[in-house]
Amino acid sequence: MNIKGIIPALVVVVIIFVIWTAAVIPMNAHLTADQAQRDGFIMTPEAPRDRQEFLGLTLAIKNPEIITMTYTLVRPRLPSPHQVAIEMYETIFTKAPTSRRSLVYHAWVTLSATLLGFVIGTTLGILLAVGIVYNRTMDKSVMPWAITSQTIPILALAPMIIVILGAIGIQGLLPKSIISAYLSFFPVVVGMVKGLRSPDGMQLDLLRTYSANANQGFWKLRLPASMPYLFASLKIGISAALVGAIVGELPTGARAGFGARMLVGDQYGQPMVTWAALFGAAITAALLVAILSFIERRTLARMGMGATA
Amino acid sequence: MALIIALSIWATGWWINAQLANGPQSDSRTISLIIPIIFGATIIAIWQVLVTMLGISPIILPPPSSIAVRFANEIPILWADFEQTILKGAMTGYVVGMIAAFAVALLADRSEFLTKGILPVGAFMAALPIVGTAPIFVKWLGSDWQSKAAVVGVMVFFPILVNTVAGLKVSSMMQRDLMRTYGAGYWPTLLKLRLPAALPFMFNGLKIATTLALIGAIVAEFFGSPTVGMGFRISTSVGQLALDMVWAEIVVAALAGSAFYGIIATIEKRMTFWHPSQREK
Repeated sequence: MNIKGIIPALVVVVIIFVIWTAAVIPMNAHLTADQAQRDGFIMTPEAPRDRQEFLGLTLAIKNPEIITMTYTLVRPRLPSPHQVAIEMYETIFTKAPTSRRSLVYHAWVTLSATLLGFVIGTTLGILLAVGIVYNRTMDKSVMPWAITSQTIPILALAPMIIVILGAIGIQGLLPKSIISAYLSFFPVVVGMVKGLRSPDGMQLDLLRTYSANANQGFWKLRLPASMPYLFASLKIGISAALVGAIVGELPTGARAGFGARMLVGDQYGQPMVTWAALFGAAITAALLVAILSFIERRTLARMGMGATA
Repeated sequence: MALIIALSIWATGWWINAQLANGPQSDSRTISLIIPIIFGATIIAIWQVLVTMLGISPIILPPPSSIAVRFANEIPILWADFEQTILKGAMTGYVVGMIAAFAVALLADRSEFLTKGILPVGAFMAALPIVGTAPIFVKWLGSDWQSKAAVVGVMVFFPILVNTVAGLKVSSMMQRDLMRTYGAGYWPTLLKLRLPAALPFMFNGLKIATTLALIGAIVAEFFGSPTVGMGFRISTSVGQLALDMVWAEIVVAALAGSAFYGIIATIEKRMTFWHPSQREK
């Protein structure tokens, strides 16, 4: 993206942050008023029950002294951006990466499962796509299911996969990876089938006039032609794989990983932990997609397809 | 023994499909429908044979027959879960998210600058694991369906927004000039030209959002729910090792997902019949 494209995007991001910052006041007003009263401030209305009848915004206007306090609450309903930033800074940079309290440690736990699953899912997906393109029976039998399966909330299977694999003695990284693999598998199949079929009749005919065999047709025409489709599916697949790994951490009481952090923050009343894990997961997803986009741009440019991407 | 039977079922199913797929009629509608059905039936038959003959514990993998029995026996519970998760949680969130996305897209569309900003940011947000906001919404809105609807609303918002904004840009300069020569202002141009032209894109977003809506509603229930709902049932049944019940819920989820997608696709067909992708091939 060039500089000209970045400015509008930045403005939109700034707007989102402004809305977030403004929303902190009404969201936290009730909690802050309760806290301020305990600290000896006089609130209007005085009884906490009466305050419940007012909207957060009205309450803040009636008691202007609490407005600044809404941003520094210890356990806010909605933390302000700087609180999340501080929590993330502390858990990323000031803790040793091997410590349980470090977000980097949890990121690695989730990321390793995501990447392993992504590699498995992508490899199987590409193999199946090749099979579908070259075998008519497979195409007719499997392809409708691959497409239908995208309309199904496969993620609902996650708790069961974890428990079944746990019952037969497989624990840790692999069950989460299988969910990740499963989620990244179908987008890759569908995209690759489209990609391997993208050469048109003219190009296939040309190869035939060169008397190229099926093997050469695959390596020299179909596979290169499928690259733009492959990268588009990979980007969908990697974010699906990350979601799969996070959800895989939820039902089993996993002790590490973004999903576990979200659950811990939720259950022990530490909203910062949840928010930090959420942003950590978002940043991880963004980095993964960015890396894939970078590889995509380099690869397509070298193949002379940069302009079409 | 079990393996031999399973292999022979597989061979038979495959042979029939190979005959059908390479036969003269293979592209006709009926055959294209029958082949995947035979394939699915083959897999289920093999599953049944292997599980019963090898004596695999139902705690690991229940046979399809017991899932079917469970499904038939538990229809009232399954229906209640369906109502709670799909009709209340997913549908409300889907509609709210859709309306919000359309509204923001129309507002942003008035400004070239905002459109340019929203496209990359929205596409970026759509790739994020928004499901993770579920614990926050459950805390804010309580554990009933409202919090699930909120998660679903946020999840479906971005894909619909990005597609609508992109769709509103597709009408060509020539077409817009034509509208201007007709003396059409902003609203007639929007209603008669730009919105219809955007419909294929909007439906693309709506179709992506159907699956997201179900995922959001089910996964959000893992973070807290009343004692009804598909996500609740799945997580508690897994805890009780009642895997046939889990599978029955998954069947419901699969049926609901396909039906939801099918409904949106049918509406799309009705409304964008003029688009090249919808014409009879």
